[in-house]
Parts: sequence; C-alpha cells; structure tokens
Amino acid sequence: MTDTKPVLEARGLTRRFGSVTALDGADFDVRPGEVVALIGDNGAGKSTLVKALSGNLEVDSGQVIFKDVVRVIDSPTTASALGIETVYQDLALAPHLDPVQNMFLGRETMRPGLAGHLGFMDNRSMRKEARSAFDKLGATVRSLDAPVGSMSGGQRQAIAIARAVHWANEVVFLDEPTAALGVRQTANVLETIRRVASHGVAVVFISHSMPHVMEVSDRVQVLRMGKRVATYRTEDTTMEELVAAMTGATGQVAA
Amino acid sequence: MSTTTPSPQTEAPTPSTQQGVTGLTDSSTPLYQRVIRMQAFQILLVLIVIIAVFATLAPHNFANLSNARQIVQNASILAILGVGMTFVIITSGIDLSIGSVMVFSGVIAAKLMIALGGDGWGTAFLGIGASVLTGLAWGMLNGFLIAKAKIPPLIVTLGTLGMALGLAQILTHGVDIRTVPQVMQDEIGYGNVFGQVPVLSIIALVVIALGMVLLHGTRFGRYTYAVGSNEESARRVGVRVDAHLIKIYALSGLLAGLAGVLSLAQFGTTAIAGQTQTNLNVIAAVVIGGTSLFGGVGTIFGTVVGLFIPAVLQNGFVIVGIQPFWQQVAVGAVLIAAVYVDQVRRASAARGRPTRSLFRSRSRTTPEEGSSEGDAA
Repeated sequence: MTDTKPVLEARGLTRRFGSVTALDGADFDVRPGEVVALIGDNGAGKSTLVKALSGNLEVDSGQVIFKDVVRVIDSPTTASALGIETVYQDLALAPHLDPVQNMFLGRETMRPGLAGHLGFMDNRSMRKEARSAFDKLGATVRSLDAPVGSMSGGQRQAIAIARAVHWANEVVFLDEPTAALGVRQTANVLETIRRVASHGVAVVFISHSMPHVMEVSDRVQVLRMGKRVATYRTEDTTMEELVAAMTGATGQVAA
Repeated sequence: MSTTTPSPQTEAPTPSTQQGVTGLTDSSTPLYQRVIRMQAFQILLVLIVIIAVFATLAPHNFANLSNARQIVQNASILAILGVGMTFVIITSGIDLSIGSVMVFSGVIAAKLMIALGGDGWGTAFLGIGASVLTGLAWGMLNGFLIAKAKIPPLIVTLGTLGMALGLAQILTHGVDIRTVPQVMQDEIGYGNVFGQVPVLSIIALVVIALGMVLLHGTRFGRYTYAVGSNEESARRVGVRVDAHLIKIYALSGLLAGLAGVLSLAQFGTTAIAGQTQTNLNVIAAVVIGGTSLFGGVGTIFGTVVGLFIPAVLQNGFVIVGIQPFWQQVAVGAVLIAAVYVDQVRRASAARGRPTRSLFRSRSRTTPEEGSSEGDAA
C-alpha cells in the first residue's frame, strides 16, 4: 500500500482569516483504499483543511493535486464531480425527507424522455438503488419511507455515511463521525469505514478519539497550528506518541 | 423505535453484512395509517363535521346545490392564492404581500384594458396577461430580496405589501376603477360551465391540480421541501437554493396576479381596499391544512380543506342566523388548534422540546438536529 500514489494530495495550503492563520502551509495526502486519520488539537486546522479539500473554502495559496493533476476545488459540486464526498459533523440531512430522498437530493434520477424533462423523478429506481447501497454498507435503516428526522442519531449517521459513500468513488471525508454516537453505533461506523476502504475508496477520518484512530486507520497525520507536523503508520505508533505530536511535545516526519 | 431503548437484535456490536437487510422495512406504516395521521385528513374530518352540523340545523337552506356552489365560488380565488402560499410556507417562508399584489395587478390590468378599449376577448386576454406578469414581477422582487439580500421574508413581504398597495392607490388616486370588459365579467366572473359550475372554480381547480403535480411529483417540489427542511443541506448537495427561493416567491406573485384579474372579473372593480385581510386568511388556511410554518411539511390538499373551513363557517352562520362575526372567532380557534397539533407532532418527532420561535432565521440549520439523542445506547 505504501508505494501506491496518493489519490488526493495537498501541498502548502495556506488560509488566513484576518489575523488568524488557520492553515500555514499544510500538506496532506491520502491513497486509494486506505484510511487516514487526521488528528490535531482544537484549532489545529483539521476542519479548515477538510473544507478546503471538499470545496467549501478557498485557500490563499497552495496546491491541491487530484490523481496527478492540479485542481481547483472551488465548490462542493466540483468535489462531487471528482468523486469526493464529505460527511459533515452535523450530518446535513434534510430531516423531513426520507432516506431515499436524502440520498438522491441534488442528484435525482429523472424519468426517461419528456417526463424527465418536465421534472418528474424516477422514484422507483432511486429507491431500489438506495436500498442496495444501504445493504452494501450493512446500514441499519429503520424505514425507507419515514422522515430521517424521526430516526435515531445512529441511523441518521448511517444514512449520511451511506449517501457519501454511494456517490464517492475516490475520497470520503468523515468529520468526527463518532462524536455523537453511543458505543454500539460507533462500532458500526468504524466497521463501515473499513468496509468502504476495502472497496478501494480513500477514507479520511477526523477524530478526537485516539482509540478509534488506532482501531480504524492505516496511517495517521497530525496537524498542529495549521501545519502537518507528523505522519505515522498506525501499526508503528502509540497513543502516547500521537498525543505528544498533537500537543507539540515531539514532532517528526515519518512513514 | 423509541428514544433510548434500541431493540436488541439490530444493535449487535459487530454488524454482519446481512444486518442492513433485516433493518430495512419497506412498508413499516400501512398507507391508511399514514393517511389518518396526516393533519390534512384530520382537518377534513373537522370540515365534514361542520358541514354535517349546518346541514342538520338548516337542511333546506344550507344543504342545497346553489349554496354549495356559492361557497365553492367564494373560495376559488383564495384557493389560487393558497397554492402559491403553500409552496412559500413549506420553504419556511411567508408572503404577506399577496393581497396588495392582487390589487396592484388588477389595477394595471384595468388601466391597460381601458387604454386598449373594447369589450372583446383580445382586450381581456391582454389584461389577464398584464396582471399575471405584474404579479410575477412583484414575486421576483420578493424572492430576490429574500434569497440574495438575505432579508427575512416577513419583512420583505411586509414592505412590498405596503409598496404595492400604495402604488395602486397612487395610480388610481385612491378611486376604484369599475370599467371592465363585458366579456370578462360575463364569461369569467359570472360564467358557468355545464350550467352550474363557475368558471372561476374551474380555473382554481386547474391551478390546484397543477400545484399538486408540481409539489408532490416533480423535482421542483422535492427541492421545495428540502429547502424548507434544511437549507444548508440542500445547498451542500448542490441545490441552487437562492434560485429556487426566487422561483417560489415568483410563483406566489404570479398566482396573486392571476387572482387579481379574476377578482376584477368577478366583482367588476379593482377593490383597492378589499384585500387587506386576504394574506392572513390564506396563511390561516394553509396552516390549518397542516403545512408547518417551520418548513418542510405541507400539502396542497390540506390547504384546500383549510380554505373551506372558514368559508363554510361564514356561510353556515349566516344561514342559521348566528351573527357571522362568530366566524372569525371560530377560525381563530381552529388556527391555534392546528398549530398546536403541529407543534406536538414536531416535538414528538424530534423528541425535543417544542420551539416557540416562529419564523426562524434563514441561516440556521435544522432545529430538530441539535436536541435529539446524544444517546449512549
């Protein structure tokens, strides 16, 4: 896996908000089929980096390289077109819509011919496709007809992840996907992450939870004060080492 | 599934690939149950009870065809406005300007038709076109100010309410125009098809049917719910929220323009002072019909039912000899009850406390998300 080329790479990304430097020449890379954990203390620039790579934020300088080509990812739509999807901390589902409608929101399958041009959707095929997507992930979805707002946090998380994974064939960003979950749902999500990576998709996993990071990731990249200060292979590191790198007690570049 | 007790079989710590299959249920709630739970259906029952009571009290005067025809005709113009308002309220917006836009569009149409002269269809059609386009223009102005300038819909449409009415009065010097092409009054305003069915009601029925198809069948409708449900999530998946909101308010304005010219045809006057309560009556009907002021929920069918409650009450009170002013009291009570039911429903759906803030700010994401379940199984 180590000799695979990165599918997505950031070089020297810089972004300032007034006098605050959120990203200060940050580097990042993720390879196909691997899970990279992105860690760092509050304000280290994790969320800013993810926003920049998912088209939600412009950077002042630096390059984003997607599959060997320098790209400007200036909107979520651009990112989606490249096969990059993001699961946000707040999930960003429409609570009154059902899981199928959420999965296809903004990307509805239209009916063929004139009906499609008039704006009529092919609900049956969307439902079928959504069902197989949920099944593929082993996602526990209570009902395909109920509004997602009536479902539990774990179920909504599953739906949000399934949606991202369904559309992402290259990279998925998961921003704190386990933050609001209980023990069992967390296990579910971690299992899902491994399964997604095994399909060849690159997964970027942002978390504050060191045990989750150790459990699920292949590599760990540590951000501190807007820079990548260290990269570890998960099997070669320890939680103590990661925490030390996050807080600035040590700093090295490995792997 | 209730809040805190996850059922044991779906919560195995290590899920197998098959788990999703067992978790999926296709028709977890039978259709009839979902219909019964619809607020529109419950309000339909209320309407039927009201009709039954009046029919018992005044079997000859209330329950006859010409009275039913009267009620339907009176509700027709409001129904056209209600279709637009349903779309607007589903996006968690509001449009207070419809009554004034009606008046303004009617004035423009009347002025144009006078300038053109003649009592024929040519003049009438140009008048109708002018009225609809004028309404559309006001609607687009509303939409632009709401979506692009980010001014709350309540304020924008309160502003255009005043502006449209004021301009209508300036154009007419405050005196109603009573010159309307004869053909328009005869064929549209008082016209019937099949002998008994008012043309106005047929037009309303067509608008309602088109509105239902648009809202419940098309992607445009889906996006309407999505924008009202969680604007931010719609934006993130690439729905052009601003453009959609402009279209929604444009639709409301366009229908107000249509309503304006129909009112002109029905009453033969621009009725400048006659629409001050129209916006509130339409909003009340939409809300009584189960459309949530918080967005994301609503049906055109509910709105139509919601319109008939005030209409039937008004008519029935007059017929049974109760002071018709009681209608306002009764409708007010029904309105409050309807919103209370909606609150309870939303609270139980979100398992949080009911929120009391109407007209939430557009920038906030789902009110439901926050409070629900940080449950550690």
